[in-house]
Amino acid sequence: MTHAISVAGLSRSYRGHLALDRVGFEVATGSVTGLLGRNGAGKTTLLRILAGQEFPSAGQVLVCGASPAENDRVLSRMAFIREDQEYPDINVSHAIRAASWCYPDWNAELAQRLLADFSLPPDRAVKKLSRGMRSALGIVIGLAARAEVTLFDEPYAGLDAPARQLFYDRLLAEYAEHPRTILLSTHLIDEAAGLLERVVVLDRGRVVLDAAADDLRGGAATVSGPVLAVDDFIAGRSVWERRETGSQASAVIVGPLGDAERARARSLRLALAPLSLQQLVIHAAARPAENTLERIGA
Amino acid sequence: MAGLDEGAPLFAQIAERLAAEIADGGLAEGERVPSTNELAAYHRINPATAAKGINLLAAGGLVEKRRGVGMFVAAGARRRLLEQRRAEFTERYVQPLVAEARRLGIDINELVGIVRNSSDIKVNDVEGDITV
Repeated sequence: MTHAISVAGLSRSYRGHLALDRVGFEVATGSVTGLLGRNGAGKTTLLRILAGQEFPSAGQVLVCGASPAENDRVLSRMAFIREDQEYPDINVSHAIRAASWCYPDWNAELAQRLLADFSLPPDRAVKKLSRGMRSALGIVIGLAARAEVTLFDEPYAGLDAPARQLFYDRLLAEYAEHPRTILLSTHLIDEAAGLLERVVVLDRGRVVLDAAADDLRGGAATVSGPVLAVDDFIAGRSVWERRETGSQASAVIVGPLGDAERARARSLRLALAPLSLQQLVIHAAARPAENTLERIGA
Repeated sequence: MAGLDEGAPLFAQIAERLAAEIADGGLAEGERVPSTNELAAYHRINPATAAKGINLLAAGGLVEKRRGVGMFVAAGARRRLLEQRRAEFTERYVQPLVAEARRLGIDINELVGIVRNSSDIKVNDVEGDITV
């Protein structure tokens, strides 16, 4: 498997503050990877370095096999769509035309279709667009660029739920027809979960989880019911969280559950609910010291 | 992720749904299975995940590839799935039923009577997922 993005030992510090701390991960060519983590975890810094807009303090970054820093050959194969992209004083159709000059694989027909999908008025000045419309413009450019590597940094500020759904659907359709490498940073994990083949979770500048999304599903569950039964069931298991109210308790347990254990939970009258990817990521980020994957059994 | 949940790998859920369609006859033998991209768009999941689900069925011989055309339900797939479901019937449905009956103080003869009286219920009236 080749890697469109490969990062090793990457650190970035600003005046003593370590924004990225020995980050290492790889993104397979032609895959969709989610870059997840809380605000301030280092996602944007990492993406800016990948896009050659910032330099590492230490470590190695390869995009399409070469360092992106001041490397036009790499940068022309990459699209970077940021949350707060600024535009000069132009209207929407000018912005689209300018973008078409930047990307060799630009598809003008797709751009027009997407502009209509997102109801973007071509004659409107970009500065007069709402926040959501500006985000939509970034999404249109990012998809129509058909770049080999596309980096989306929280691309949907101000977009409502139906517009975000439109983004996911168009992204999926485009990706299916024209496979490319996509790295999407987001904190709306559950919304995007189905699109992601892999997740890389950053917390305070470090990678705390790097796994195939499907390996994580079913890897943790919330068990709830009478206190005694819950405690009986979780004895000897890895427990992430236990809460109690009156005679009821609930606990988050890690590790796959077999049929026999599910049957046992039923006979103890316990409810089992799988942990969503979003909840799993939240718990994983709170425990950087543990090897989450090993516990999940992936 | 239309109709899917977080409780199991998505590829396994895709395989399970297609298997259920084949078992129910919704996808007849020799019929074309939805393509990877069709499944991806419908369920709003990554095409690679959908492909993995179809490949799981292919590995079990339930669907087969016809070069350049797509995947098709294999001959005998329905019969094999139904046999497998019969084998799992006791564990999946009867044991939980007996356990719940015991909890409610329903003895075995009463339970048999209830089952017999229920046998003229139309199947559509009791649809729903019984497993946890």
